Amino acid sequence: MSRALKVRVSAAKMLTPVVRELTLEPCTGPLPGFSAGSHVQVHLPGNARNAYSLTSDPSDSLHYRIAVRLQEASRGGSHYLHRHVEVGDTLQISPPANLFALHSTASLHILIAGGIGITPFMAHIAELERRQANFELHYLYRPGLSDAYVQPLQQRLGSRLHTYSCRPDLSKILRDRPLGSHVYTCGPQPLIDAVQQQAKALGWPRVRVHWEAFKGATPGQAFDLQLLRSGQRLRVGADQSLLEALESAGLQIPNLCRGGVCGQCVTRHVRGEIEHRDSFLSPSEQAEFLMPCVSRGCGPCVSLDL
Amino acid sequence: MTVPSSPVLSYRNDFSFRNSPTAIRRFPFPFTEDSYLYSVNIEPATSRDPGSIYQHGFDIDEHYRSEMAERALVLDKDPRRYLVMPHMQVAAWDALQMLMEHLAADYPQWFVLERQGDRWHWRNHLLNIDQRFVFGDAASLPCEPLEFITRQVQGDFALLDQRDGDLYMDAGMVTSPADWSLAFDAGMSFKQWHSPVPMAHQMGVFDRALKYLLALQAGQPVRRLNWTLTINPRLDSSPETFHEWGADRGRITAENVGQQVHLRVELQVMARLPRSNAVMFSIRTYLISMDELVTVPGRGCRLHRVLRDLPEPIADYKGMSRYRQTLVQWLSRFDPQA
Repeated sequence: MSRALKVRVSAAKMLTPVVRELTLEPCTGPLPGFSAGSHVQVHLPGNARNAYSLTSDPSDSLHYRIAVRLQEASRGGSHYLHRHVEVGDTLQISPPANLFALHSTASLHILIAGGIGITPFMAHIAELERRQANFELHYLYRPGLSDAYVQPLQQRLGSRLHTYSCRPDLSKILRDRPLGSHVYTCGPQPLIDAVQQQAKALGWPRVRVHWEAFKGATPGQAFDLQLLRSGQRLRVGADQSLLEALESAGLQIPNLCRGGVCGQCVTRHVRGEIEHRDSFLSPSEQAEFLMPCVSRGCGPCVSLDL
Repeated sequence: MTVPSSPVLSYRNDFSFRNSPTAIRRFPFPFTEDSYLYSVNIEPATSRDPGSIYQHGFDIDEHYRSEMAERALVLDKDPRRYLVMPHMQVAAWDALQMLMEHLAADYPQWFVLERQGDRWHWRNHLLNIDQRFVFGDAASLPCEPLEFITRQVQGDFALLDQRDGDLYMDAGMVTSPADWSLAFDAGMSFKQWHSPVPMAHQMGVFDRALKYLLALQAGQPVRRLNWTLTINPRLDSSPETFHEWGADRGRITAENVGQQVHLRVELQVMARLPRSNAVMFSIRTYLISMDELVTVPGRGCRLHRVLRDLPEPIADYKGMSRYRQTLVQWLSRFDPQA
């Protein structure tokens, strides 16, 4: 939707056997500033785009950094960024947007990261250190696989870092915390669900629980698409998201997260069976709307009010 | 534009404020129809119509030095027109950066910004300011960053913190408000500070506007016009000084309407501040007397119909009930169907 930025890969590093860190510098002009928790969409071959958190210090106006976990069962975006992109290559990215901002008046920030879900917290930590804010990081990872930033964080955070190689007792982390505490979690969906459930069970107000899922479009079956207003007919491939198919046909659909969370791309569906995969719409809203960034048809054809 | 040579006019006492023919021509007349009702009339704030108030992100015009002198006067008397809560420091620097970058790019003859890393050099030729400072270090400026820059830019500025799915008025420089107070609204949420507005809440206007602003993206600012009426070209029509101007509304006669009643239009620009994720809400006020306004054909006629048919609660809220009849009567001469 908004104008893309052209960046050059100025450094690349394997942090673990499955996590590759890319440092990006602008091809022309300065990079837009960003706030901690922001992500960018990286444009990939075949009109696909994946969202990655910026891990760099928001005060660094010269570089962006992202860390990409190789996803074996994915549509190839991470594979491309791991195996095909080299230092010196250029990439198109969308400008940063933030759906996982720090709360400005929290008295304590409790960060809970699972695996590659550490990425937004790398920028958060830089910002929290600058603010001299009260925070702690709980970092759950598989040693030797998804422990991308453990070593530097150990030196940097000391006793504020708590590491786990299996699911910690969340009730211990969330019980009896001071008034004004906020908890943030990012990682696999089961971890996010568990944090939300535990926080709710312990009486945390909903607005003090922040989460960002790391999920994008996943493949499904191919289906036909009918656009009722324009009369267009399209085919959505098995590896393609509905949103990508619409973009390939030249439609401009507002979107930010491409993960079924932000609600920007909401579209009215009229006919056809839908497999809803979003975390934004209520079941009653899903009867009328879908989120084309993740959801798709599960029958032969879907009709949209576009 | 004739900014450097224009004399400093006053928005108080003798009210020497006047619009040149150019300023009258570029005045943002807000009515696109013969009637008015609330709408979230928001559009992308992209540059258009060279010479118009829409050409640049922040419009600098012939009243620049007058308005900056007025701001200094207001702040001398009442420093509480400026506010930055402790958690808004990053947003304040964000605002300084956005304003300096825009002014230097749009008006290079008046504003110059040179940067070497965090070492910045700012020159404002209109106000003879030459300041070197370290970006992010408030001690390197003569005053706080938001105060420093907003003493040099026309218009009021509110910085809104985004949290809990809402926006909070947690910082700003507001010396020319249309009857609202930053000190009173400080810390309020979006709907709290809009609560005095009649009718619009029930229409869902603020639900839609808030949702829209929460999703505002950096680099994609939006704008809208808002309007009211003011007696005399008084920029500072704030609740704090109501005792100085409130009674003016009862002194409008058929003889002084044209000179004293002013249409007051706000160009509101909303922009995401990239580093802080706060929203900058800028309110650039344009004043024009009825005598000046009707020199442009069609405007007197349209304003007549709008004010004649305006719903009573909106007229009340805009503070015109005491003189509305006199004004509508005066304007009717410009309406061939009246």
